[in-house]
Order: sequence, then C-alpha cells, then structure tokens
Amino acid sequence: MSTAIHTLGYWRIHDGQVRRRALLVRKRLRPYDLRETLLSTPAIPLLLAASEGEGEFHAPTVADFFPPAIFFEGTPFEFNRIMLVRVIAAVVLLTIFCLAARRARLVPGRFQNAVEMILDFVRNSIAVEVLGEVNGRKYFRLLATIFCTVLFMNITSVVPFLNIAGTSVIGLPIVLAAWTYVMYLGAGVKAQGVGGFLRSSLFPPGVPKVLYLLLTPIEFLQVFVLRPATLVIRLLANMVAGHLMLAICFTATSYFLFDSDGAMKLFGAGTFVAGAAFFFFEIFVAALQAYVFAILTAVYLNMSIEAEH
Amino acid sequence: MDVTTLAEVTGNIGTVGYGLAAVGPGIGLGILIGKTIEGMARQPEVAGQLRTTMFIGIAFVEVLALLGLVAGFIVPA
Repeated sequence: MSTAIHTLGYWRIHDGQVRRRALLVRKRLRPYDLRETLLSTPAIPLLLAASEGEGEFHAPTVADFFPPAIFFEGTPFEFNRIMLVRVIAAVVLLTIFCLAARRARLVPGRFQNAVEMILDFVRNSIAVEVLGEVNGRKYFRLLATIFCTVLFMNITSVVPFLNIAGTSVIGLPIVLAAWTYVMYLGAGVKAQGVGGFLRSSLFPPGVPKVLYLLLTPIEFLQVFVLRPATLVIRLLANMVAGHLMLAICFTATSYFLFDSDGAMKLFGAGTFVAGAAFFFFEIFVAALQAYVFAILTAVYLNMSIEAEH
Repeated sequence: MDVTTLAEVTGNIGTVGYGLAAVGPGIGLGILIGKTIEGMARQPEVAGQLRTTMFIGIAFVEVLALLGLVAGFIVPA
C-alpha cells in the first residue's frame, strides 16, 4: 500500500506536474514506511530506462528540473541533484572569496586580480553608475553578493557533469528577489518615511489629477507585485530555457549519430554545432542575467531613495 | 461518411502561442538596441551610460517574451 502511494507520488513529479502535490502525498507515509521507500529508490532509474523505447527521439521535459531525491526522501528537507549543484556552487564561491580575502596583498597577484575585477565591475559599472558615489558604496555589498551568487549559480548550467543551473528551480530566484524586495522597500521607507515613500511611488508628480485613477493602481502593482515577480521569472525562465535548448541540441546529436541510419547521421553534425554555439551563448546569458539582476536591484533601490523620478 | 483529412498537425498549440508572444518583444528589442547604437554613434562619449540604460530596457522587454515561455508550462495542456 505504502509503496503504491510512493510510486504515485513519484510519477506525479516525473510528469512535470505540481511538485507540492507529490510532497503532500508522501508526507502521509509513516516512519516505518520510509525503509521501503528508500529501498524502492534504486529501482526508479531501472523503471525509467525500461519505459524509454530504444531508437526513438526523446525531447527533454520539465522533469529534468525535478530529479529524484538523493537524501532525506519523503521529508520536507528532501535533497536532490539540483540542491547538490547549489551547494557545490556556494562552496566554490565561498572558497574563492575566502582565499582571495585571506591572501590579499597590496600588489595583487593574478588570482586576486581576477576577483578584484569582478568586484570592481560591480562597484563601478553597477553600484556607482546607477546609485551615485555615496549610496553606491553603501549598497555595494548587497549588489556584489547578488551578482556573484547569481553568476555562480547560473554558470553551473554549462559546467560539465553539473549541467544544470542552481537558479533553474524557483526557490533560489525567490530568495534573491525577496531580499531585493525587502531592501528597496526598506530603503524607500528609511529615506522618505512610510507616507512619503507611498506618495512618491504611487502618485508620481507632474501628472493631471484625473490620471491618478489610472496610474495609481498600475504603480501599486508595479512596486509591490511586478518588480519582484519579474525578477524571479526573468532569471528562472532564462535558465530553464537555456537548459532545455542545450539538452535538445545534445539529445538530438546523440539520436542522429547512434539511432538513425544513413545520411540522417549528417544532421548530427549540425545539431552538435548548434549545441556548441548555445553552450557559449549560455555562458554569455549566465553573466548577463547576473548583471541584469544586480542592475535592476540598483535601479529599484535608486527609485526608492530618490523622491521624484 | 468518411472525413478526408488533408492536413494534420500534432503537438501543443502553446508553441504557436510562444511564437506570437515573441513577436512584440522582438520588435521592441530591435528598436531599443538600434536606437542605442544610433545614440552611441552620435555621441561615443556617453556610450557607457547608454549601454546601462539599454540593458535596463532590455530586461523589461525581455520579460514579456519569457512570460510567454512560462505560460506554456503553467497552463496545463
């Protein structure tokens, strides 16, 4: 009985359906059922392999983003491949910056120079450029953290064997966007007070009074809903789309080379070249999205701090 | 009575929806980047500022196309 429930829960995830439902189903398992669940885990890849027919093309699906759990299966702390990728990216990021900070010298070596280049870029091209000298330096730490986190979590999508971005599941973008949300609302309230912030953001000056009927609801949505929501969707959708593009190119290459016959094999070369091109495009997108996330955070902070814009 | 099928298309109509969703942002990006290049050519000394503003604009336009992509996953087939 419990195995049946578990299998049901698993297939729900695998079909790319709502994940929460699967978790709810699994929570009903009692502790002594967990052993059975753990035992049934190794069988899943076999089931998967059996269900895939040979010699057919299988396009990647959303199921890529909900891989089977590795540890703590059936608990709220379920740990899967993407979590592992995130942990690896975080450890690498921390190690690089700890090493750079520990060995900081007045005359930087090559390694320190590279790290300083990233920070310098964030400070000059993002923080100071958008926020100005004083506020730019004040919010530099926030912007640098966001930039580096997004960059390292994105770049895992092109690292061999990791192959998926830490930001391609919605949790991490939500955390980052929530941080931005709290920071720009806080900055606005601190600079202008609650009333002043609401007045300047909901009733932009220099507009005929009648237009506020139209403008205020839009501005309200903009400030309190759309800004954080679009931050999340932009990052998430970019990384999901990037992963799917790469996966399609390389599964197609493998299909053309090994499962098709005759002249069809030539198409494999085409899809491989396309895959390689998208690989480099993904590196560009990973860096660009980090830049965009950080610069939008800076822009939102600036809009909150300055009374009229 | 037999119905003769002359042409048949299979797949998800969501892909067509995404195609439509990409038209507007595509035109928008074209205008946005083209105008920025024009501005840079006229006044190379403000190129940095123009580039920053362009990327902010791109971020707003791009999200429209990405909403089209996400909608395909959210709305069940």
